[in-house]
Amino acid sequence: MIGKETTAGRAAKFTFLGLWLVFSLFPLYWITVTSLKDPGDIFSFPISYWPERFSLENYRGLFGKADFGTYLVNSLVVSTVAGAVATAISTLSAYVLARFEFRSKSALLMAFLVTQMIPSFIALGPLYLLMTDLRLVDNRLGLMLVYIAVCIPFCTVMLRGFFENVPDALEEAAMIDGLSRLGALIKVLLPVMRPGIVAAFIFNFVNCWNELFLSVTLMNSDENRTVPTALNGFISSFNIDWGSMSAAAVLTILPTMVLFAFASRHIVQGLTAGAVKG
Amino acid sequence: MSGTSTPTPGVTGAPSVRKEGAPPRAGGGRRREFTTRRGLVITAFMAPAAVFVALFTYYPMIAGSQMAFRNWNLTDLTDTSWVGMRNFREVFTDPAWGTVLGNTALWVVGSIVPQLVIGFALALWLRRRFRLRGLYQALIFFPWAISGFLIGILFRWMFNSEFGVVNDLLQKAGLVDEPVAWLADPDTAMIAVLVANVWYGVTFFAIMILAALQSIPDELYEAAALDGAGKARTLFRITIPYIRVTLVLTVLLRVIWIFNFPDLIFGMTGGGPNDETHIVTTWMIKITQQGDYGKASALGLLVVAVLLVFATFFLTATRERGGGRGARKGGKRGVRA
Repeated sequence: MIGKETTAGRAAKFTFLGLWLVFSLFPLYWITVTSLKDPGDIFSFPISYWPERFSLENYRGLFGKADFGTYLVNSLVVSTVAGAVATAISTLSAYVLARFEFRSKSALLMAFLVTQMIPSFIALGPLYLLMTDLRLVDNRLGLMLVYIAVCIPFCTVMLRGFFENVPDALEEAAMIDGLSRLGALIKVLLPVMRPGIVAAFIFNFVNCWNELFLSVTLMNSDENRTVPTALNGFISSFNIDWGSMSAAAVLTILPTMVLFAFASRHIVQGLTAGAVKG
Repeated sequence: MSGTSTPTPGVTGAPSVRKEGAPPRAGGGRRREFTTRRGLVITAFMAPAAVFVALFTYYPMIAGSQMAFRNWNLTDLTDTSWVGMRNFREVFTDPAWGTVLGNTALWVVGSIVPQLVIGFALALWLRRRFRLRGLYQALIFFPWAISGFLIGILFRWMFNSEFGVVNDLLQKAGLVDEPVAWLADPDTAMIAVLVANVWYGVTFFAIMILAALQSIPDELYEAAALDGAGKARTLFRITIPYIRVTLVLTVLLRVIWIFNFPDLIFGMTGGGPNDETHIVTTWMIKITQQGDYGKASALGLLVVAVLLVFATFFLTATRERGGGRGARKGGKRGVRA
């Protein structure tokens, strides 16, 4: 339908697609291979493309020398709670923005858009002072609150796109049957939108899981660190221990990759629906 | 905005207000009751989001902005008096400013152009169904799950001058005779960070463009084929004009985003060697770490100002889209795998 493909054209296409796939996955392959090498083999010639002496030593070091398990738990707790709360709050705001016309609507959308343009560093100093006043510095709850605020704008825009794909006759019927608006939203709309909401949660989770600068600023004691902060600690010293670093990187990437693999279709849908509209 | 639906007042109201035998004039009262209920719902549903964003994003941002006009330095907090435009003057007269500006321009343009070209090609080639296309899309989507900071680290290791895999591959291919000290030379370091960012960003373009391509009716292509239009002609006369708005919007969105994306460079070079790979936002990090919050805030305000100009473009383009032919019928469908 989109024109006939010649054999040469097909060959060119699949060559290109293949090359891009290799290029896309190679860095992930390489960091994994590095992490599974014997620490002594990482810095040896000739460079080997496969762990000659397979070893989990780099991973063992992470949980022995460094307290990587604690960082993983911190990240898991903070990202799960913040991601879930942000999704819940954004569901409400997205619903309103999708279903109602009101005077301050465009101003609100603009206010959300602007948050995406602000270099986070401009706010770090005052945020630290604010959190000090609230006694929430170096506190997981404090980090969660900040992350919720960070997630809300984009999550709202994304969910709004999903709401607009659901006909409003659905909740209207439910409301005629006597449900309140919130009841209709929860009992009728949410089940229909579950894939979109799961995608939004995963997107939030991954954003929180990956966040570095706020965490570095707000969490100063070792037992409260999140994973990215710990990784940053690895490079603060002049020489990077690439064995530990690669193992830590793999452990950081793995959960997010699994989640993305799980929901990539819906995340893609959310991005194309939400992002272009701004 | 084709999918937007406004609830009609008659259905928005709860059934509870439907009273029998009310005089005709009660219609006005009923309407007012609808309006208050509606306002209540809007306020109650928006409030949590608004409170969070106001308290933890806007308040610190505004408080941070005024530091740009004060002598706000962590090394000496006894005097935080107003200094007018001094911090801005310090930014503009800093010897590093020229390099930072040049790098920022290179960073934005050098990332966007290859991302757009490769992303476009991928989208064109992914348009036609083939076996395992869904899997392919999921696989090339993986870079998106990784933080910019960690991508910087991944590529920092690959571009390592001694044990880096990039040098090894280039030597095996006979493209270089001896290892290149990629991250030790500002020029090659900029190339390296651009490669990493292209790796990261192509997928986004591919996804957005693919979604737009799938909105082009097949009849257009059939007509073009009947008229004997060649591949190139079809591309430039049908495909590109049809998705023009999406292209413009995606590029603008990415400009804003890449401009404001210090994470990758921070993880990969930290702005080095000799501060020569800083872009505006990584330089801001460095100045913050030195404690000069005033100067850092001045830089931040400059970034916001530039990006607001882009945002204006962005919103104008969005509005243009409403009635334009880029508008997709039946709402936003997204990518069908």
